[in-house]
Amino acid sequence: MSADDIVEVRGLTAGYAGRTVLRDLSFRVRCGEIFMILGGSGSGKSTLLKNMIGLYPAMAGEVLIGGEDIVGARGAARERILRKFGVMYQGGALFGSMNLESNVSLPLEEWTRLPSEARLLLARLKLQQVGLDGFGGYLPSEISGGMQKRAAVARAMALDPGLLFLDEPSSGLDPVTSGEMDDLIRSLSRNLGITFVIASHELSSILAIADRVIMLDGGGIVADGDPRELRERPTNDYVRAFFRHGKERAA
Amino acid sequence: MAGDRPAETATLRVEDGGSRLRFTGRLDDETVAACWGEALGAADRGRGALLVDCAGVDYCGGAGFALLAALEEAAVGRGRAMELRGLAPRFRELYDTIDRAKLRLAPAPPRGHGGWVAEVGFVATGRAADWRAETEFVGATAAGLLSLARHPRRLRVREWWKIVEKAGSDALPIVGLISFLTGVIIAFQAAMPMRQFGVDIFVVNLVALAMTRELGPIMTAIVLAGRTGSAFAAEIGTMKVNEEVAALTTMGLDPVRFLAVPRVLAGIVVTPLLTVYAMAAGIAGGLVVMMLIDFPLSTLMNQLSGALKLQDIAAGLIKSFFFGAVVAGVGCLRGLRTGAGPAAVGDATTRSVVTGIFLIVVLDAIFAVVYYNIDF
Repeated sequence: MSADDIVEVRGLTAGYAGRTVLRDLSFRVRCGEIFMILGGSGSGKSTLLKNMIGLYPAMAGEVLIGGEDIVGARGAARERILRKFGVMYQGGALFGSMNLESNVSLPLEEWTRLPSEARLLLARLKLQQVGLDGFGGYLPSEISGGMQKRAAVARAMALDPGLLFLDEPSSGLDPVTSGEMDDLIRSLSRNLGITFVIASHELSSILAIADRVIMLDGGGIVADGDPRELRERPTNDYVRAFFRHGKERAA
Repeated sequence: MAGDRPAETATLRVEDGGSRLRFTGRLDDETVAACWGEALGAADRGRGALLVDCAGVDYCGGAGFALLAALEEAAVGRGRAMELRGLAPRFRELYDTIDRAKLRLAPAPPRGHGGWVAEVGFVATGRAADWRAETEFVGATAAGLLSLARHPRRLRVREWWKIVEKAGSDALPIVGLISFLTGVIIAFQAAMPMRQFGVDIFVVNLVALAMTRELGPIMTAIVLAGRTGSAFAAEIGTMKVNEEVAALTTMGLDPVRFLAVPRVLAGIVVTPLLTVYAMAAGIAGGLVVMMLIDFPLSTLMNQLSGALKLQDIAAGLIKSFFFGAVVAGVGCLRGLRTGAGPAAVGDATTRSVVTGIFLIVVLDAIFAVVYYNIDF
């Protein structure tokens, strides 16, 4: 793993309920890039993402985050690795009984010794950075799906991680809100230097913001590179079909 | 990487009696937590313009920006200007993008409805809407049950049987155990004082009458409220949150007829059966205690047959029909009235149990008065 890499996956085999979904995957994510995991429904995007964040136990292989393997980590070592990244789940996973400020403050309460006024200020700052100024007092049920996803990003950023994992950030959003989410990701990447690892199948987002993609099919990586180059010069039939059908659907 | 822990800590130096703050090192959550109080205290104490020198800062995270914003707010609040110097351009650029006025620590404005008169009106209209919905529910459920009586084939028997199984046969162990122990407790408590008067054989009468007329139906209904009523509320509440109830409505299916009526019918059917079982278990508990204090079973059975009339069992069973309808109905109503979010399901479940038990006691009191007046 070079100093430029923030994540390295080595020989990862993963699945659940006794079923192998991903076989012997290896790739690296460089610091500061927007890295996307692509593939059709059921191709294992979310499974890969959840193995990378240590939510599912890998069957074999290593996932190095900042040089430390999350697969075998336990106790304090695991906590240290978990603090290096934030995660936004597909549905936002905000706590329904807490307002947005409390949702964002929660990791600060648990992991830092910041006084309450500092936590409040920081929570408002994070909400401002995702465009939710003035919504801190709202419950998740009182805001739209797109706003919930933004708030989930703010919560994931609460501890200033250098790495964010996002699971389908644009799914279920209208084109305008989806575009706003893309702008937010690009802005956070450019201004705060955050590295993004994103599972997605939204072609417009992929082409708009991804620096590099891997494409999953049949349990393995069938393409790895710049998405615009892959669209122009597809390396196999699956990649060609993915971009062609995606383009037709977008049209 | 931004999230790595610092190798060094931030240092704060307060100079010129609080007019100049000099930060060096990293400004992240750990170092800011250590110097937050001291920095803001200095900003409060000093006079004249506040100079914040960040020339020695090599990293500024969210907590650092929060500290700088708080310092600016504190200085401006005391009529002082704040000058930020030396912050590296990449951090300065970020700091300048923050709308500090909107981050102020003042509490967020209350999100009420505008004044206490409006608040009272809002609460009153909310209650009125609740009562209306509850009345409509009772009417719709009664109409649904009558319609089902006229057209029994409309009952989805397979689903209904599952509800009966869950509410009825699955509840047998807990209802039996609680009733048996209730009989044991009453017999033990009554046997000693009654023995002093030489009438301890009448403990059998006491247990039999208490279990059939009062405790059998009440204990069964309370167990049902905690077990089945809450399950109905949670299940239907989750369906409401997941928009399954909305899906039923848009398919033209009445949620009350589809979800509540089969459950209320199940409650009406299983509660009397469980109540008979609870009566028997409670009396058995009493008899076991009496056998332990040396009464032969034949004597006890003789006493029991003389003490217990069919009217006593009927008095308990009549109540149990109503208890079953109330427990199941309240569970379904609370489920259908569930608000948004997972917490709402918890609220609906709690309210179903509390309301169910309250109504059971109220109904029981009404029955006591009615039975007394008609000499039943």
